[in-house]
Amino acid sequence: MMAAALRGRLVTLAKGLSGARLQPLCARSLSVTSSQNVSESPPARADSTFKVTMVPGDGVGPELMTAVKEVFKAADVPVEFEEFHLSEVQNMASEEKLEEVLSSMKNNRVAIKGKIHTPMEYKGELASYEMRLRRKLDLFANVVHVNSLPGYSTRHNNLDLVIIREQTEGEYSSLEHESVSGVVECLKIITRDKSRRIAKFAFDYATKKGRSKVTAVHKANIMKLGDGLFLQSCAEVAELYPRIKYETIIIDNCCMQLVQNPYQFDVLVMPNLYGNIIDNLAAGLVGGAGVVPGESFSAEYAVFETGARHPFAQAVGRNIANPTAMLLSASNMLRHLNLEYHSNMVSEAVKKVIKQGKVRTRDLGGYSTTGDFVRAVVDNMRHRTV
Amino acid sequence: MLKFLIQTVTLIPGDGIGPEISTAVMKIFEAAKAPIQWEERNVTAIKGPGGRWMIPPEAKESMDKNKIGLKGPLKTPIAAGHPSMNLLLRKTFDLYANVRPCVSIEGYKTPYTDVDLVTIRENTEGEYSGIEHLIVDGVVQSIKLITEEASRRIAEYAFEYARNNQRTSVTAVHKANIMRMSDGLFLRKCREVAENYKDVKFTEMYLDTVCLNMVQDPSQFDVLVMPNLYGDILSDLCAGLIGGLGVTPSGNIGAHGVAIFESVHGTAPDIAGKDLANPTALLLSAVMMLRHMGLHGHAKKIETACFDTIREKKVLTKDLGGNSKCSEFTADICRRVQDMD
Repeated sequence: MMAAALRGRLVTLAKGLSGARLQPLCARSLSVTSSQNVSESPPARADSTFKVTMVPGDGVGPELMTAVKEVFKAADVPVEFEEFHLSEVQNMASEEKLEEVLSSMKNNRVAIKGKIHTPMEYKGELASYEMRLRRKLDLFANVVHVNSLPGYSTRHNNLDLVIIREQTEGEYSSLEHESVSGVVECLKIITRDKSRRIAKFAFDYATKKGRSKVTAVHKANIMKLGDGLFLQSCAEVAELYPRIKYETIIIDNCCMQLVQNPYQFDVLVMPNLYGNIIDNLAAGLVGGAGVVPGESFSAEYAVFETGARHPFAQAVGRNIANPTAMLLSASNMLRHLNLEYHSNMVSEAVKKVIKQGKVRTRDLGGYSTTGDFVRAVVDNMRHRTV
Repeated sequence: MLKFLIQTVTLIPGDGIGPEISTAVMKIFEAAKAPIQWEERNVTAIKGPGGRWMIPPEAKESMDKNKIGLKGPLKTPIAAGHPSMNLLLRKTFDLYANVRPCVSIEGYKTPYTDVDLVTIRENTEGEYSGIEHLIVDGVVQSIKLITEEASRRIAEYAFEYARNNQRTSVTAVHKANIMRMSDGLFLRKCREVAENYKDVKFTEMYLDTVCLNMVQDPSQFDVLVMPNLYGDILSDLCAGLIGGLGVTPSGNIGAHGVAIFESVHGTAPDIAGKDLANPTALLLSAVMMLRHMGLHGHAKKIETACFDTIREKKVLTKDLGGNSKCSEFTADICRRVQDMD
C-alpha cells in the first residue's frame, strides 16, 4: 500500500516536472536517484568522463600506455583515451596523421604521450615530429620533477628538484645549412619574448609551489649575445618576484655541482639544449629514465609524459620497462584535471610498491616485469585502507 | 741504467697560486730525476704590430722550439681589452684537442668509485665559434660551426689516443637526431675514421643518454669524443665525478706536434702566496705530459707517489680535507719518489 502510494506520488512528480511550464528547465531525462541529494564521498562517476588524447609513440611507449590504461581501469578513473599512433620510424607518419593528433589535442586540451623517436636521417624536413608538435601547440615549458623515491637509495638521496626548460627555440631551431661542401652552420635562436616567457613561467611555478630559489643555467661567458639575452630576460623577470631568490650558474659548473652537491639547487630554468642535458643528468641521479615524470605546458594545453624522453627501443616486447615514470605522470595529469582523489590513489600505490621493494623492475635492480609491477600497483590500490 | 736525453719544456706558471704549484711540480720532478729542463715564460698578451693582440714572441718561440708546455691557471681580466688568454693560446698554436683523463682517485672518496674514462673534446669550432648576431631587437642568433676537416682531425686523434694508450673503445657523443646536418657531419666523419681503426671498438651515443648513464654507472665509458660544447659540459661533469677541478689533469694537443698540459682550476687569489694550494691537478697534468713524451717510467713513479700520499691522508691540503701546507704535501711526495729508487 505504501509502495503504491509512493509510486503514485513519483509519477505525479514526474508528470509535473515534465509539464509544459517546467519543460525548458528539465531538458534531460529525469531519473529518480539524481533527484535525491546524495552527498558524494569518492566522487561518483559524473555524466561525463574527461577525454584525453593518447599518443603511445615508439619503443616502449605502447607498453607504458597499456600500464596506464590498466591502472586507470582498476582505479575506475573517469578518463577516456583517444588514441593516435604517430611515428616517424614505423612508417606511420604523414601530414594528415599529424593534423589529426593536433586537432584532437586542441579539442581535449590534455594529452599523455610516449616518445616519438627521431631518426637521424631526414627527408627534406629538418624538424622532427616531436618538435613540430611542440611548436604547433606552442608547448614552450617543459617541467621535470626530480624526486628521490622513498625506499630506493641512490648516491644522492632526498632530492627534490624542479627543472624547467624552454623547449621551442634555442639549439633546436632546425635551421641548418651547408654553406660550402664540408662546412655546416647550425643556428641557435634566442629571443627576448620566449626567454621572458619561460622565466615568468619558472617564477610563477616557484611561487605557486612555495619554492624558494630559481637558478638560471647558461653559458653567457662564451655565447655572450645569445645566452646573455636569456640571462638578461631572467634577471628582469626576477625583479618582479622579490620573495624568490634568483641565482645564475654556468652549465658546465652546474653539471659538476649536480654530481657533487645537488642539494644546493631548487628550481632550475634554462634554454633548450641545456635543459635536455640537465633533465637526463638529474633523472640519472634519482634512478634513471624509468622513474622521473615530466610535463609540457603551453598557455592552453598540457601534455604529460616522462621526464627523460627515450624510446628505449632495446626493451620493446621484453616486458622489462619501468612504468613508474609514466604512472606518476598520469597521476599528475589527474591532479591537473582536478581529480585529486584518483591522482593520490595512483601515486600512493606506485610509491608504496617502490617502498616495499619486493617488486622492482630491472632498472632498479630487480627482476620483475612491467606486468608484475602493474599488478602490484593495482593490488595496492584495491587493498588500501580508505 | 738508461740514460735519458734531457728535454726542455716550456713552463708557464700562471697567476694566483700558479707560481707556487709550479715550484711544487719542479721540486717533485727533480726528486724523481725526470730528464726535464724547464724554460719559464710569461704569456700575458701584448699588442703586436698592426694592433692585434698576441702572446709575447719569446713565449711563442720557446713553445715552437720545445713543442711541449706545462701551464698553470691564467686569470681572465675583465675590461683589459684583450681576449681570454686561453683563447689566444688556443688560436696561436691551433690547439684542436682537449684531452681529460678522469680516473677515480683511491683515497679521495666521492660517491663514484669506478671512473676510468677519457673525454676528448674538439676545441676550435662548434658552438664556441663566437659568431653571433643581433638580428632585430630581441632576437639573437648564435652560429654553431661544424666542418669536415675539424671533425676528421679530432676523430683521428681520438682513435690514435685509444690505440697508443691501450683503450678498448671510442664513443662518439652527439645530438644528430636534433642537429641532423651539423652533428650528422661530425658523426659521419667519426664513422669514416673508425673504418681505419678496426682494433678499437666504435660506438655512438646521444648526449642525453650519456649524461643519464654517466651518473648511474660511469664504468661503462672508455674514450669519448665529441664537439666543443658537449665536450666542455661532459669533461666538467666527469671532473665532478672524481672530485672536482682541483684533482683533474688536462692536456691540449695542437697542430705540428705542439702539446700544452694544464691545470683547469682557477687562480684562487684568496689563498695565493700562503702555501695552502693543492698542486695535484698541475702534477697530474705534468704526469700526463711525461706519458705523452714517452717517459712512462717516471710518469708512473710520480703518479704512484702522489696517489699514495693522498691515500695515506696524513699531509693533505685543505681542499682535500686536511690541514697541511702545500710544501708539506710536496715534500711528502718527493720523499716517496726518492724512496722508490
